[in-house]
Amino acid sequence: MPIETVELRNVSKRFPGVLANDQVNFDVHAGEIHALLGENGAGKSTLMKILYAMYRPTEGEIFINGKLAELRSPADALANGIGMIHQHFQLVPGFTVVENVALGLKSSRGPLTDLDVVTKRVQELATQYGLSVEPNALVWQLAVGQQQRVEIIKALYRDASLLILDEPTAVLTPQEVKEFFDILRRLRDAGNALIFISHKLYEVMAISDRVTVLRDGRVVGRVKTADTNQKELARMMVGRDVITRWDKPPAQQGPVVLKIEHLSAANDKGITAVRDFSLEVRAGEILGIAGVSGNGQRELAEAIAGMRRATAGTIWVDNQNVTNQSPAQVSASGVAFVPEERMTMGVVREFTVAENAILETHAYPPLANRGVFDFGQINDHCTRLVREYDVKTPSLDTPVKSLSGGNIQKLILARELDRAPRLLLAAQPTRGVDIGATEYIHKRLIEQRANGTAVLLISEDLEEVRALSDRIAVMYEGQIVGIVSPDSKMEDLGLMMAGIKGNDANPSTC
Amino acid sequence: MLEQLLAPAVIIGVLASGIQLATPYLYASIGEMFSQVSGVLNLGLEGVMLVAAFAAYYITWTTGNYYYALAIATLVGGLMGLLTAFISVTLKAEQGISGIGIYLFGLGLSDLLFLVMVGTPKAIDGVPRLEIPGLSDLPVLGPVLFSQNLLVYGAFACVPLAWFILNKTTLGLKIRAVGQTPEAADSLGISVSQVRYITVTLAGAMAGIAGASLSIALLNIFQQNLTSGLGFIAVALVYFGGWRPFRIMAGALLFSMVNALQLWIQTLGIGLPSDIAGMLPYVLTIVALIFAARQIVTQPTALTKPFERGE
Repeated sequence: MPIETVELRNVSKRFPGVLANDQVNFDVHAGEIHALLGENGAGKSTLMKILYAMYRPTEGEIFINGKLAELRSPADALANGIGMIHQHFQLVPGFTVVENVALGLKSSRGPLTDLDVVTKRVQELATQYGLSVEPNALVWQLAVGQQQRVEIIKALYRDASLLILDEPTAVLTPQEVKEFFDILRRLRDAGNALIFISHKLYEVMAISDRVTVLRDGRVVGRVKTADTNQKELARMMVGRDVITRWDKPPAQQGPVVLKIEHLSAANDKGITAVRDFSLEVRAGEILGIAGVSGNGQRELAEAIAGMRRATAGTIWVDNQNVTNQSPAQVSASGVAFVPEERMTMGVVREFTVAENAILETHAYPPLANRGVFDFGQINDHCTRLVREYDVKTPSLDTPVKSLSGGNIQKLILARELDRAPRLLLAAQPTRGVDIGATEYIHKRLIEQRANGTAVLLISEDLEEVRALSDRIAVMYEGQIVGIVSPDSKMEDLGLMMAGIKGNDANPSTC
Repeated sequence: MLEQLLAPAVIIGVLASGIQLATPYLYASIGEMFSQVSGVLNLGLEGVMLVAAFAAYYITWTTGNYYYALAIATLVGGLMGLLTAFISVTLKAEQGISGIGIYLFGLGLSDLLFLVMVGTPKAIDGVPRLEIPGLSDLPVLGPVLFSQNLLVYGAFACVPLAWFILNKTTLGLKIRAVGQTPEAADSLGISVSQVRYITVTLAGAMAGIAGASLSIALLNIFQQNLTSGLGFIAVALVYFGGWRPFRIMAGALLFSMVNALQLWIQTLGIGLPSDIAGMLPYVLTIVALIFAARQIVTQPTALTKPFERGE
């Protein structure tokens, strides 16, 4: 039976030491997109995992179409018409699309598979909802956006009429988000109920019919999207006013700090990802690099940081040639690097907060003398960093992997900025970070600019690039399409990100 | 020397005994393939084969009934497979290390039982040949392909059967999914443990048949460490075959043909030191594995990783 309404009443979930959900009421009905908004750790995912029966609630009840439902497992939830699209896709990469859909289903041929029957139905669903995807393609060969469609098809194939979408846009490019929203609208208009989990305000505004805001496990507001705005939602979410637009003083541009000449570098597969790339960043300015993921941004950052070999060209920092030097040498030249891969390149997961904070400086006085640690100095140093950069951690000895993404990023910033760098290389500094921490990180970047640091900001978040940068360089297929002012129109930037030069993309204007 | 080897009788002999020698490898590797494709490295095959080989030998020696012997060997293998599954799936033990444990356990147990229950090696009558009427009279092909014992035919029948199960059944789909992305399978209501119990137990049972084929159909005797590394070669053959049944068969045949060839070299008294000749198949395995490793595409990514549900 299709879902008309689903209601969670007074749901609480207690983990050892944490009350993740506190007397939460929530409902969704057929034909609406209900956004569940909240910071990381506000309890959104926990609540939805309760609805999908991955967790048992400590107290509270779930009603489906007005009747009390006892859901014991995700399979149970699915049998009741509830499907969940996880943030990390639950797909078998080596399987075809159809095999992924057929997996775990009863076959019409008993023990034998009936992939041709499944293929037909997949194609029907694809046409009906605009979920175009090649049924016999191997999943690992598909773009992330297409993989997401496979997940949706999987749920629909199992007759789900309520779809829970857990941060579905986190992995998508701006273009993919647009197509994805079209699909969501079509699903809604066909009479499905959708729950859209997000912490991105503009997305919630763009796609939802109603919004429920969670903070610290409690519902702090529920509004019709038409009756609210980003500012109000942000206030509900964080509990105070949030700055999203920064009034920067005009740039006090100093000498050129970073100078890249005709740089080329290959990606992990050995294909040239950065080609003949030239750029200058001056002291006291933020240069933002915008572009769709996979256009060489990662390789560019790593090449500058000394973590990837430059196959051609030269990189100068303060007139010093740092091309193909080791990361330690580059770092010693005054380059701070906030890498895109926070958990693998930014920190050592198993190390403590203190150990991570001294990764670069641990071998030198005052932290060490003749190769022996001075724990008093280390303790003082780390205590100061944690306090100055507002890293929320139970202690200095807490393993970094148990901190939230925002706090890990603050710790990385603390480590990198405390050395008073000449050049700050920030790659996706706020990806997956909650709005409070994002605001904080932005504040620090602007502070660096005021201190005369040259800042190279690489981000796929166009809003972020526009809010912070003095100049924006748009990158496409390893090259700069153009350098424009941050006041350029969104559409022009979008076109440039697709490789098309806009009219005002004239480097000489800024 | 070459003329001696190229004599028709020798060629037929090498081919026929090569096919016969491939039998235990096929049973063990095909079983192991199921286990590995589902994500469990079953390194203890050798130990399972030893215990089952003894069981089959003992039953044949005492009752003379090959069917009983085979059934008991399969059962013994299956039970040891179940034990392996319990250790690797339920207890989530490190599979390489626990596999060595199973091997040593099987080696010791089979030797102990043999000393207590039999004492000194005594030859038995092996499973008789089953001449396929009509076909066995064909020149060359007859003696090579159609004049073997039942276990040989069975081993080769396993290959297409395994391919079919893996690629054309819902069980096969589940096995492959569980070995690649157990989280995805779990999210669709498939019990990862259940699937792995099935495959690991199956691998044990088939290792049991492999052991029996060695002790009652090939060597027709039991002694300490009868298998002498055969079970480990079987594990290597699964990698060599890239987890695909027909390629595993090709590997098993290649290996056993070289083995048959070196045995003939030794019997013909060709001037090649027997130790060197005996090393040939193993050298070949290593070389083949080096090349095989380069073109692996279908590796079960969750191999050796116990499944734990994330919270």
